[in-house]
Amino acid sequence: MSAVHPLLRAKRRKAALRNLAFLSPWIIGFSVFFVYPLLSTVYFSFMHYNGFNAPTWTGGKNWSYIFTQYPLFWPALRNTLWLVVVMVTLRVIFGLGIGMLITKIRTGAGLFRTAFYLPYLAPPVAATMAFVFLLNPGTGPVNNILGGIGLPTPGWFTDPHWSKPALTTLALWGIGDLMVIFMAALLDVPKEQYEAAELDGAGAWSRFRYVTLPNISPIVMFAVVTGVIQTMQYYTQPLVAGKVASGIIGNSGQQFEPGYPDKSTLTLPQLVYNLGFQRFDYGSACVVALVLFVLAMVFTALLMRRRNGFLAAED
Amino acid sequence: MTHMTDTTLPSGTSLPRIDRSPDPRALKAARRRRTLHWIGVHSLGIAAAAFFVLPFVFVVLTALMSDNQALTRSLWPHPFEWSNFRTVWDTPGFLTWWRNTLVYAVSGTVLTVVSSLPVAYALAKFRFRGRNLIMVLVISTMMLPPQVIIIPMYLFWTKQLHMDGTLWPLIIPMAFGDAFTIFLLRQFLLTIPKEYTEAARVDGCGELRTLLTVIVPMIRPALAAVALFQFFYCWNDYFGPQIYASSNPAAWTLSYGLESFKGAHHTNWNLTMAATVLVMAPVIVVFFFAQKAFIEGVTLTGVKG
Repeated sequence: MSAVHPLLRAKRRKAALRNLAFLSPWIIGFSVFFVYPLLSTVYFSFMHYNGFNAPTWTGGKNWSYIFTQYPLFWPALRNTLWLVVVMVTLRVIFGLGIGMLITKIRTGAGLFRTAFYLPYLAPPVAATMAFVFLLNPGTGPVNNILGGIGLPTPGWFTDPHWSKPALTTLALWGIGDLMVIFMAALLDVPKEQYEAAELDGAGAWSRFRYVTLPNISPIVMFAVVTGVIQTMQYYTQPLVAGKVASGIIGNSGQQFEPGYPDKSTLTLPQLVYNLGFQRFDYGSACVVALVLFVLAMVFTALLMRRRNGFLAAED
Repeated sequence: MTHMTDTTLPSGTSLPRIDRSPDPRALKAARRRRTLHWIGVHSLGIAAAAFFVLPFVFVVLTALMSDNQALTRSLWPHPFEWSNFRTVWDTPGFLTWWRNTLVYAVSGTVLTVVSSLPVAYALAKFRFRGRNLIMVLVISTMMLPPQVIIIPMYLFWTKQLHMDGTLWPLIIPMAFGDAFTIFLLRQFLLTIPKEYTEAARVDGCGELRTLLTVIVPMIRPALAAVALFQFFYCWNDYFGPQIYASSNPAAWTLSYGLESFKGAHHTNWNLTMAATVLVMAPVIVVFFFAQKAFIEGVTLTGVKG
């Protein structure tokens, strides 16, 4: 190896320079907008800093404050757990169901597909405001109809027991992304396997259990893990729902009780905003940010281990 | 991706069985079963469609009600107040928010695609040490909640560069590649046989020229898909404008301004819903023009890989 031909060496250097040139936007972006702020977040998590006075070292005080005294941390973590268990599960089941339905519809398939997909595109703030209106207990059309046919009329976004189910309904409405992914996966299942199963006398359930499910299980796994990661990032919908439902004059600076009603819509990203931008306690905000970081990375690692395809490249 | 428009079933339930001895009774039974299956599937489809479409219908109907009627439980506007849209449009600031959102979305999309394409190309087509490590890092940043690094970023943009009250802290980083865009483009580039790039190389084409003249025309659908994703991301972004633009109403975007609109008219659901319609409308119009690219893009996120 020691005697590399000078021509070859020049060629290699040229290739290295070329790689560097092509990758340079990412290298700069990754360093300035990821590595630097991440290290800085770790640094600030040990500092007392309010943005005006110089930061001072506080050791583990921010950390112990978040875990033992900050009244919003554990409710937010519990809500996240609830959303992971209920919302993600229902979204995967519902997305698969709608995906299967759309592969079976023969008349007007394009129209149905558009109808099922469109809500996914509704801007989150607009969609959330629409749902707070649709589900408002006073004049909302949903309770209007529920009451009309003698069903109970919950308080939805104004009732701490119903606010997360209301958010889940909103999330199920925007199922379009999962529908398309499942639809593509279902159409890729080899038809011969279904025919073979049918010849063996397998019923609809057995065909689903022994043919469909094994074939699409990687996609189900993908949907679950990305669903969990999205839940870690769940911010706009619960925040806007809480603000609008509580009747706060938006953006007016009027203090908003985070997680209205009764902390039931708090999520971890909202805590970063609450601590950093409402209470100017940047140090404690960084602690929550790091908790969020660790959770997101754990699930990302899971995703990459399960789907090596993410990394496979041609050689 | 040609099967996207193909709706034939993978399921065997309604496949006509070819019988060697066509017994008319069995044939009739099979046809009846098929009809029942059709009715069942399509009834379910209509029920699901109602769930997805009715919220839009109620929002639009409410947007057309008078102030007084919007406070009642009635579902049908009487009379139709088309002027509500005019009122919203004329609200001070609404046009500014609209323009800001468009500037943010268009510049963000262009910068993202231009800066991410060479990175994705290098990750898909060049062989070098550390390539897989970079892919791992790209995927990790893709999955990162934006709140994780917001404190230092906010301090950086506002305390050091004094860009508080503008959208620049959101637009500038997009000139340095976006993880999701890099990831999607790379996945798509992997499907292009390397014979194409090698042929160009043999012809003495430099890598940049190969990328621009050979590859770009081939991956137009993927470019359209990532551009759309980025456009929608910017259009819908709430957290970014909330952090950087909130102190200056002249820099607000639609998503952020919409909420304050609810505040100003907080008993007037009709005007709030009219504003909601005006924020949703452009997205839906764009979708109808680019439906195919969009759905192909979503498929790419989950299936290819």
